[in-house]
Amino acid sequence: MPIVFIPAQLKSLTGGVSQVEMEVDNVGQVIEQLEAQFPGIRDRLCDGDQLAPTLQVSVDSSMGTRGLRTRVAEAQEVHFLPVIGGG
Amino acid sequence: MSSGNGSYRVIGTRPRRHDGAEKVTGSAIYGNDVQLPGLLSGFILRSPHAHARITSIDTSEAEAMEGVFAVISGKDFPEVADKIADLGEGAVNLSYLSDNVMAKTKVLYKGHAVAAVAAANVHIAEEAAAKIKVEYEVLPSVTWVMDAMQDDAPLLHENLCTDHMGEKDEKPSNTAVHMHFEKGNVEEGFAAADVIVEREFKTATVHQGYIEPHVSVADWTTSGRLKIWTATQGAFTARQQTAEVLQIPISKVVVTPCEIGGGFGGKIAVYVEPVVALLSKKCGRPVKITMTRADVFEGSGPTPGSFMRVKVGATSDGKLVAGEAWLAYDAGAYPGGMIGPGCMCVFSCYDIEHALVDGYDVCLNKPHTSAYRAPGATQVAFAMEQVLDEIAEQLGICKLEIRQFNAAKEGVRRVDGPVYPRIGLVECLDAVAQSDHWNSPLEGENRGRGIGVGFWFGCGLKSSVNASVNHDGTVNLTEGSPDIGGTRTSIAMQLAEVLGIDTFDVIPQVVDTDSVGYTDVTGGSRVTFATGLAAYEAGLDLQKQMVIRAADLWECPVDEITVEEGEFKGAGNSASFKELAQQLFKDGEPLVARASVAPDCATNGFAVHIVDLEVDPETGKVTILRYTAVQDAGKAIHPSYVEGQMQGGAVQGIGWALNEEYYFNDDDTMDNASFLDYRMPTMLDVPMIDTIIVEAANPDHPYGVRGVGEPPIIPPPAAIANVMSEAISKRFYDLPMSPPKVWKALSETS
Repeated sequence: MPIVFIPAQLKSLTGGVSQVEMEVDNVGQVIEQLEAQFPGIRDRLCDGDQLAPTLQVSVDSSMGTRGLRTRVAEAQEVHFLPVIGGG
Repeated sequence: MSSGNGSYRVIGTRPRRHDGAEKVTGSAIYGNDVQLPGLLSGFILRSPHAHARITSIDTSEAEAMEGVFAVISGKDFPEVADKIADLGEGAVNLSYLSDNVMAKTKVLYKGHAVAAVAAANVHIAEEAAAKIKVEYEVLPSVTWVMDAMQDDAPLLHENLCTDHMGEKDEKPSNTAVHMHFEKGNVEEGFAAADVIVEREFKTATVHQGYIEPHVSVADWTTSGRLKIWTATQGAFTARQQTAEVLQIPISKVVVTPCEIGGGFGGKIAVYVEPVVALLSKKCGRPVKITMTRADVFEGSGPTPGSFMRVKVGATSDGKLVAGEAWLAYDAGAYPGGMIGPGCMCVFSCYDIEHALVDGYDVCLNKPHTSAYRAPGATQVAFAMEQVLDEIAEQLGICKLEIRQFNAAKEGVRRVDGPVYPRIGLVECLDAVAQSDHWNSPLEGENRGRGIGVGFWFGCGLKSSVNASVNHDGTVNLTEGSPDIGGTRTSIAMQLAEVLGIDTFDVIPQVVDTDSVGYTDVTGGSRVTFATGLAAYEAGLDLQKQMVIRAADLWECPVDEITVEEGEFKGAGNSASFKELAQQLFKDGEPLVARASVAPDCATNGFAVHIVDLEVDPETGKVTILRYTAVQDAGKAIHPSYVEGQMQGGAVQGIGWALNEEYYFNDDDTMDNASFLDYRMPTMLDVPMIDTIIVEAANPDHPYGVRGVGEPPIIPPPAAIANVMSEAISKRFYDLPMSPPKVWKALSETS
C-alpha cells in the first residue's frame, strides 16, 4: 500500500502518528482518508477543492504536477512539501 | 570526468551558439533596443523612506508640465483580491504583488514605487516626477531579521499572522510563516554523539547583480490588446502577473521576451510591466521604462539576509548522527521568501538519521526578496559546511573523507521526507579526491585550501516547442524559454541528435506568448532539461511522421522502414533526413510537430568546490589563488555552457562570500545602491575557474540531463569560510568576509 508521511507540523492532529498506509489511487483520496482518520487535516492541506497553493505533493521522488489528481501507486511514498522556486 | 561524446553525434560537442554573432556585434534586440512609433519614456517616483504611510499624493503640477502625457499612482491600479496564484514556479499573493508594483497606502522600503510619469523623454519624465507631491507619515522601521521577529517590532502588515502550515496565530506579527521538519528522533541522535558542534551564522542581503536593468515597453493598442516587450525570465509568467495586477483577461496580453542580460531569479516577478501598461493605456501611446542601477538595487528583489543556528552531532568515527537547524530568513516587504528551500537544503548533502529544522519567513523594511540561483541554499551551506569542518577538526578526520563517509546517495531520506533516486554527490567527491588541484601542494603563510558542498533540487515544470521542417531539410524550432545561458543551442542540439542532423540545421527562435504553447520560466535549472525534453519529443514525432511518409513514398510497409543516425532505409531505398525532407516537401503536406511536456521529477544536482586563497594580514583582503568547481551535470549537452554556468555561479558565490552586502543607514535606507559601492567581483578579482564535469546520468531524461544553473553558487561562501580557518586560524560566521571584518579579526588576534 502507499505510505503517507504526515508533515511534522500536522502531527498534533494525528496524535503523533507520522506515517499512514492506505489503499488509494491518487492524492485526492489520500486527503479524504486522512480527513476521515484525523478530522481537520484537510483544511491544513487544501484550499477548497485544491491542494493549498503553498504546498506541493511529492510521490516518491517525483513532484506531482496534477495536484489532487496526482496518481499514487503501490508502495509509493506521499509527502506534502512547501512549494519552491528556483533562480 | 566527462564520458565524452559516447555514441552521440551532436550531444557533448561544442558548437558556437546560434545567437552568438548577433550578441557580439550588438544587433541582438534587448528591451532597451525596442523602438515603436510615438514611443514615450517613463520614470517611476520611489519612496525615500523605509516605512511610511502615504497621506496624500498631488500629481497636478507634474500633469501640467509640457511634454508630460500621463501620470499614475496607486489609485489608478485596480483592487486585487487577497488571493494566492500559482505562477508555475512558486506561488504569489496577488494583492502583495500589486502593492509591490505600486504602493497604495504605505511604503514598506526605500525605493518602493509610489507614482509614475510618461513623457516625451526621460528627462522631462524625471523632472515631472520630482514635482509630484507625496505626503508621508514616517513610521518606525526594521531591517534586521531578528529585530523584526520581536514582539515590539514595527509591524509592516497589521493583519499578518504567523502561518504554521495552515494554522494561524491570532496576534499579528512580521513572521509570515513558520516551517518545521523532523526526521527520526533528534534527542536520541545527539545522545549518541561523541562530538557536537553548534554555531550561529549571519548572512547579508545580496543582489543578483544582472548587468541589464529591468526594462519594459508596453503598447495598449486601440483594439484593447496589451503588447509588452520586456526583459524577463518567463514571458508567460510576466503575462499572467501583468493580467492579474491589471485585472484584465490573460488573452488580452501578449508578451515578447527580449534578449536578456542576466536574471538569476531576479527577473521572474514583474516590477515595471504593469506600470508601463497603465501609462500606455492612459496616454494612448507606447511607453518604455528602464530602471537605473539604483532602482534595481532599491526597487527589485534581492536575496534574503539570514540568521541561522546549526547544531550537528557525530560519533568518534565521523558518522553524522544528528542535526538541528533554526533558520530565520528575510522575506523583505511582503511574505513569501526562500525559507522553504533553506529548510529542505540545510542537511540535504548528507545522510543524517536524526534531524530537526525550524524555519521562519520574516517581513522587514527591505525590498521583497526574489530568487537568486538556488534560492535559500547558499545561506544554509555556509552554516552547515562550517559546522561539518569543525567536527572534522575536533575528530582529526580529513575534511574530504568526512564528506565522502556521510555523503547522500541513492536511497537516503532527506529531512523533508523524499528519498533520493540516483544522484552523483559521491562521484563529485571522488572527482575532488582524484583532482590535480586537491593533490597539488600549497605552501606559504596565510594561505589555505578547503572545500564546500551544495545541493539544489532542479525542477521540470511545463515546456512547449514547435518544429517545422523547411523544404531544404532544415528545421525551424520555436520555443518559449528565454535564452539566458545558451539554451537555444542546447535545446536545438537535442532535436538535432534525434533527427540525425547538424546543430546548425536547426534554427531555434524564442517567440512571444501568442506563438508557442505555455512554457514556464527560465529558472530552476530546468530549460536544457525540460524544454530540451520537449524538443526531443518533437523530434521523435517528426521522425515518426517521416517513417510513415517514407513507407508511402517507397511503397513498402511502415515496419520495413528503419532509421539510424538520421538515415532512413526501406525497400532498397535510403535517404538522409535532409534528402527525405526535400522529397516529402514535393509529395504532400508539410512536416510539422509540436510537443508539450511537464516532467514531474527533480533533477537533483550536486556541486563541490575546492578553493585556495591567501589573506593579506595588512589589509584583510582575500585573494583567490586557485578555484576548481566540480559538478554532476548528468549529461553535459554542450560542455562549454555547463562550464559557463559553473564558472558564473562560482564567481557570484565568491562575491557573496567576500564583499557583497546591502549596507543600511540608521534610517534603514540603502547606502550603497550603485556598482561603485556595491562591490561585485570583476575579471580582475578571480582566477580562471577550473571545472570538472561529472556525469551521473539522470534516469528521468533520455540523455541523462540534470539542471546545472543553480548548484554552483552554493558552495563558494562555505568553501571560502572553511579555507579562512585554514589560512589564518579564524572562523567567520558572518557574511560577507569583507576586508574590514577580516582585518579586524586579525587585529584582535594580534
